[in-house]
Amino acid sequence: MAFTLKVNGETHTVDVEPDTPLLWVLRDEIGLKGTKYGCGIAACGACTVHMDGAAERTCVLPVEAAEGYEITTIEGLASGGQLHPVQEEWIRNQVPQCGYCQSGMIMAVAALLAENPNPTDQDINDTITNVCRCGTYQRVRDSIHELSDA
Amino acid sequence: MASIGKITRRTLLATGALVGGGLVVGLSMSPNRLKLGSDSVLKEGELQLNTWVKISPDNKVTAIIPHSEMGQGSNTALAMMLAEEMDADWDLVDFEYAPALPEYANTGLGKGYLMGDVGIPAFARPLVDFTFLQIAQAMDLQITGGSTAIAFTGEHGMRRAGASARDMMVRAAAARWNVDPSEIAVANSVVSHGSRSATFGELSTEAAKLDPPQSPPLKDRSQFKLIGTSQPRRDIPPKVDGTAMFGIDIELPGMVYAAIKQSPVFGGTVASIEEGSIAGMPGVIRVVNLGDAVAVVADKYWRAKTALDALDVAFDAGANANVTTASIFASYTDELAVNEGSAHVEEGDAKAVIADAAEVITSEYQVPFLAHSCMEPMNCTAVVKNGKVDIWTGAQNPLAARTFAANAIGVDPDNVTVHNQLLGGGFGRRSRDDFIPQAVRIAQDVGMPVKLVWSREEDTQHDFYRPAVSNQFKAVLGDDGMPIAWSNHYINVGQDEPADAPNIQYGIENQSIRSVGMEQPIPLGPWRSVGHTQHSFFNESFIDELAHAAGKDPYEYRRTLLAGAPRHRKVLETAAEKAGWGTPLPPGRARGIAIEQSFGSIVAQVAEVSLSEGGDVKVHNVTIAVDVGTAVNPQAVESQMQSGVIYGLTAALYGNITIDGGRVEQTNFDDYEMIHLAEAPEMRVHIVNSGDTTGGAGEPGTPPIGPAVANALFVLSGERIKSLPIKQYDLRPRNTNQQLSQAFGQAAE
Repeated sequence: MAFTLKVNGETHTVDVEPDTPLLWVLRDEIGLKGTKYGCGIAACGACTVHMDGAAERTCVLPVEAAEGYEITTIEGLASGGQLHPVQEEWIRNQVPQCGYCQSGMIMAVAALLAENPNPTDQDINDTITNVCRCGTYQRVRDSIHELSDA
Repeated sequence: MASIGKITRRTLLATGALVGGGLVVGLSMSPNRLKLGSDSVLKEGELQLNTWVKISPDNKVTAIIPHSEMGQGSNTALAMMLAEEMDADWDLVDFEYAPALPEYANTGLGKGYLMGDVGIPAFARPLVDFTFLQIAQAMDLQITGGSTAIAFTGEHGMRRAGASARDMMVRAAAARWNVDPSEIAVANSVVSHGSRSATFGELSTEAAKLDPPQSPPLKDRSQFKLIGTSQPRRDIPPKVDGTAMFGIDIELPGMVYAAIKQSPVFGGTVASIEEGSIAGMPGVIRVVNLGDAVAVVADKYWRAKTALDALDVAFDAGANANVTTASIFASYTDELAVNEGSAHVEEGDAKAVIADAAEVITSEYQVPFLAHSCMEPMNCTAVVKNGKVDIWTGAQNPLAARTFAANAIGVDPDNVTVHNQLLGGGFGRRSRDDFIPQAVRIAQDVGMPVKLVWSREEDTQHDFYRPAVSNQFKAVLGDDGMPIAWSNHYINVGQDEPADAPNIQYGIENQSIRSVGMEQPIPLGPWRSVGHTQHSFFNESFIDELAHAAGKDPYEYRRTLLAGAPRHRKVLETAAEKAGWGTPLPPGRARGIAIEQSFGSIVAQVAEVSLSEGGDVKVHNVTIAVDVGTAVNPQAVESQMQSGVIYGLTAALYGNITIDGGRVEQTNFDDYEMIHLAEAPEMRVHIVNSGDTTGGAGEPGTPPIGPAVANALFVLSGERIKSLPIKQYDLRPRNTNQQLSQAFGQAAE
């Protein structure tokens, strides 16, 4: 079946089964590899993108449910050649280690800060539930506070 | 062995490094090694000065790094070590990854092994046996693991290469200007003499014609300008915008996808496949029977996975159908009862002291199997064409990956090209060989480029696990409460390494540390810090038991016992002081402490823990003191320490792979729990730069956290954690007076 998706400001038409998760459509049909597969059960957040600005996990989200949204992936977070403030802070504070989960982590943090520019530690705990096996959590938390204070 | 043929015996003898395995040490130290570069890493216009450094006419210096990047950031530090000795401008230095060729075998690791600094990591064992004749093979490893990059490749390779390149630049300039080399200065990639100067790039053509020096002098620590300063890691920018390429991101023209289901029971085989069960499913190209696994190949990954899930396949369980976690631990207990094992450490006469003692303190500990759970599930992309094999994957040992791929279909390793990619986590898992041969065999079968991607469930259930093991302790205290005998009788399931893992640094006169070797059917592999994970939990819990039995403060007890180990004592003191050991804590909180030496580094951690009335354990903060000798890039050492704590804490609180019916019961992150940000303690790292021999940073942060938390929980609950994970226990706080009476680590009233 054909589906029309709006991803990073561009319209794409894909021909896949309706239950194909958005993750695999982004990666294998549209070629955006920055969004990662981690668990396939929406437990780790490596596949997080923005849909109309909200953080969503795409590994269990059927493509048929993604039509009509403005989808933004890690590749579309920067604008006009300028990194998003979260991306800049991630470099400044040297947050990533292996980096595999960080696309999803950055998308989750960007969505949090867009909605709540000064999150408390409790807000952060409740919202940023992505898994990072390298254990970058200390710098993630420090960086969210750094961005909040700005 | 190919590289050995390039060195003559005369050359080796000329290096004067004749000890033990002299010829091999000579090889690793031979200056000729510095000429064993490969043309394949040179791009147009670049000249290679020696194996590890190249310089382009535009004055860029590139370090060629024989290690994989899996999050540890050591490649930036290795380039820093090269730049330091070369006096290069750091802004003009970059690195690239070495190809999987024997010339880039990790001689530093080999030398470290021969010099007794490190054991060959377990994942190297497919290629190495502990016999002299095979030591030479250690030179053909290209390994990232064992926390060896900085300690061995850096100290023995990069610094030497940098100094060698600097010397060649100086001699080239001296010849050009007809002056004495001793009058020439080098700074920031510029060579100068009086008013004359030339950049490295301008001198590179002349310098490349010179022989690398026999043994270039290295800088004294006091001369370091770059080493010891925190520098941004060069691998990070692509990791924030989605452009970093991991193995799973490879895409080739005409590529198809494979999903795989392996025999759930270890050692089982495919009994039957009903291909009719997926007839007509979209995109399916082929079903491949690999004997112990079945793969479905389709034009899209999701179609391959969907068809695999629908495929009717039956497995024969084989010999392990009745294996359970309980049966494995029971076999250990039975064996410990009848087998006194072989001596690992025998000092004094612990047996006699224990036999004569009026009171003997005994204890038994155990740890479970653990999965690695790299965030990037195992994957490999392969092309097999005209007897040649190309693979794209993230491998901790690309050279071994080449051999694994070659052996899978019986071709010579020279016909295999490994395109190593960034690793989405390694932790030891990506040193193993299962997913690579699978991809190669499937690619050969379908005759197309194939990307094999494991599901998270396959990744959890078909790991090479941290072994479940157990032990039995006995100890005797002297009149002053300090131990006079220490006996550790432990199970070793073929993972008894690094060799120093069971050892204690404490000054105890009579020690008997004995290893009981056993077989068991679960696949095992190196897991971040390897044997130190279990032995640190055993030893640092039991020494804590002894301190409490003696009625002494566990920190002061350890400190007293480390009187003969000043480096350890300094690290312990730093952690205790920075954590405020002995100062008051809020009600319901306690501190626990632990220290471990591993991979040449020493780490002490103090965990501040609370236990709620409802039994919830929370680790509030962890103070970390670390001595890696010299921290090359301190901010990267800090992140590795934090990383090690999270990895070790996840295991200590939750990690538990259990076996029933010969198969792993856990499947994914919902039943194999991970720490999230909400449970992550605040971690503050204090680096002690002793300047002693450089050690590793990737692994040593992991071992102490489990016992540190368990030791705090003893103060809070009165219950000694003797089996991990902690979540198995139904802990409740003791009353506050009882806590205070045992509350070393906070001020008693």
